[in-house]
Amino acid sequence: MSGTFVGMPAFPKAAHDAVNNPTLRGNLRHATHTIRAKRAKAVSEVSDWAALREAGKQIKDHTLRHLDRYLVQLEESVTRAGGTVHWAADADEANRIVTGLVKATGESEVVKVKSMATQEIGLNEALEAEGIHAYETDLAELIVQLGKDRPSHILVPAIHRNRGEIRDIFAREMSAWGRPAPDGLTDTPAELAEAARLHLREKFLRAKVGISGANFMVAETGTLVVVESEGNGRMCLTLPETLISVVGIEKIVPTWQDLEVFLQTLPRSSTAERMNPYTSMWTGTTDAQTADGPRTFHLVLLDNGRTDTLADQVGRQALRCIRCSACLNVCPVYERAGGHAYGSVYPGPIGAILSPQLRGTASEIDASLPYASSLCGACYEVCPVAIDIPEVLVHLRERVAQGGQVTRQGTKVVLKPAKGHAAERAAMRAARWALSHPGALRTGQRLASRTRRLHPRALPGPGKAWTGSRDLPAVPAEPFRDWWQRTQGGKENGK
Amino acid sequence: MSSRDAILGRVRRALADVRQDDTPYDEIIDRSYLREHGHRSVEETVDLLAENLADYRALVHRCTEEELPEVLMRLLAERGSTSVLVPPQLPPSWLKAVDATRVHDRANSTPHELDRVDSVVTGCALAIAETGTIVLDGSPDQGRRRITLVPDHHICVVRVPGQVVSSVPQGLERLDPARPMTWISGPSATSDIELDRVEGVHGPRTLEVVLVSGQPRAEVVP
Repeated sequence: MSGTFVGMPAFPKAAHDAVNNPTLRGNLRHATHTIRAKRAKAVSEVSDWAALREAGKQIKDHTLRHLDRYLVQLEESVTRAGGTVHWAADADEANRIVTGLVKATGESEVVKVKSMATQEIGLNEALEAEGIHAYETDLAELIVQLGKDRPSHILVPAIHRNRGEIRDIFAREMSAWGRPAPDGLTDTPAELAEAARLHLREKFLRAKVGISGANFMVAETGTLVVVESEGNGRMCLTLPETLISVVGIEKIVPTWQDLEVFLQTLPRSSTAERMNPYTSMWTGTTDAQTADGPRTFHLVLLDNGRTDTLADQVGRQALRCIRCSACLNVCPVYERAGGHAYGSVYPGPIGAILSPQLRGTASEIDASLPYASSLCGACYEVCPVAIDIPEVLVHLRERVAQGGQVTRQGTKVVLKPAKGHAAERAAMRAARWALSHPGALRTGQRLASRTRRLHPRALPGPGKAWTGSRDLPAVPAEPFRDWWQRTQGGKENGK
Repeated sequence: MSSRDAILGRVRRALADVRQDDTPYDEIIDRSYLREHGHRSVEETVDLLAENLADYRALVHRCTEEELPEVLMRLLAERGSTSVLVPPQLPPSWLKAVDATRVHDRANSTPHELDRVDSVVTGCALAIAETGTIVLDGSPDQGRRRITLVPDHHICVVRVPGQVVSSVPQGLERLDPARPMTWISGPSATSDIELDRVEGVHGPRTLEVVLVSGQPRAEVVP
């Protein structure tokens, strides 16, 4: 099975390892730069991009602000259309529900469409523990699964692998999972795609249970939408007899018309296409005569920290995310550190604000994520739903450093200030005292000016990390206030 | 307490700061974005559809209603197809010149049976010019979603200009959400290897789109 993110080290440690891996850096640089230019071109084709972005933001904000109403409406619509709705408060409950549903079919294997939600809850591992094999069918997910690896990108989980590595994984691992890779497989992308087609086809054709997520759920109609490229999604959504979709509660849009915004912004933001090759939309189940698609449809609505995120007035905007991954592709930190350093299925800028909110900031990695950014703002610029990621990062840094009230599993709790910021807090306390005692400040400044030749170039002790990447500012020969007094506010030309 | 009630309760507590208002939804969202991009004549819109379909590696052909049976026969013959899947109510005249064995989709056709068929011919619900998209909605001239998925060769017939809209917003307006739908923009593809697009993964690796009009017209080379 693929590796997990449990027990990940803090971001600086993980990033340090990644930055020293030249293959990884080369792969990421190549891939992110390829997509950046293409995305910019795809976006420039639509003259009303700013208006679409604003409408997308408004639709998502409105939905989140009335989420209870729209959840109930969606449940009614899906039920009316022949689906069954389940509610899962956390990952364990979602896994229990899905495992139970698969077991009830009597099947011991399922095919899966790429889904962030099922990655987030560790569904494959939970199914495996109950003797059910879950086959990932997205090409990149397949590469990750066969390579016993972890995903490192939202859209392209195997972005950290180049074609040569992919060839080796296919040639080595496919036979253990089903149809082996063709003899003499080369590393041309077309041949690799062909190998995946042959390997997975037998699984699609015999599958009785499919598991998916969804990009959008329309409250008024009960329609679910899955956007994809390869056709593996269509296979999983139409061939099996039973379909189970696990979807975060924030994926709702109120009306059918709302799709006109996101079906324009999502493909251009994520794969830089005018439209992705395949989009599937289904509303419950069809009757026996039509028999189009699964006869049984289950929708599992997942909370798993989303309502806690919703309770944070600054942080809740992260729930607008439509998982396009444009913010990853432009991020200078992601490009160098890679996705694994973020210790979550949600890497990059969006992951740095989503993971600490969904999971809380108790672990080392989650407490370090709000700092995994240079605050350059490129992520905000490209976000198709205008999530102000830098704003949320700063907000979360404040929470980590100072503590304060947050909601965890529906209950309000008060966080203690994080350890490791003691020196910063002591420095701030000292500054507050000095700035409110003018006499002491003056004495201190004069002393600093007179001893300036003796000042070290780097700070000692806990300040060492700060000066590791910055110069200590030089102290002037004369404090400003002394200069002001001496020259009568600069009127005398004294220097 | 059920998880449903627990989650809804958490949502309501999380939104304690939000003032509920009853402004109708239509008035809340600023929909000042465009209904279509640019101004085009009907003919230009059809040309744009052809261009965008071809840009994503669909093979585009143009013909008149009378020429259609001939064109379909030729496309299937060139492909060497010996069997062709037929939706329940494909206009019978379309395939009158075709030699390949017609395979009719039945409710109990298995995926393995569909996998043995060479090609599939369908109509469509509509096509979107700006994005080069054809939309299937399971109407009787298109059949179930699976028949355009499992065979490796899909020929889709679009009536122009009647079935062509300019934009995504115009397309959604004309579709019925209750129907199972597939939006197709070029053949199956992936960007999963080094974020570069490669055509041909699980869906049909060859997508041919025939634009059928009333008037005779020279064929466009894709």
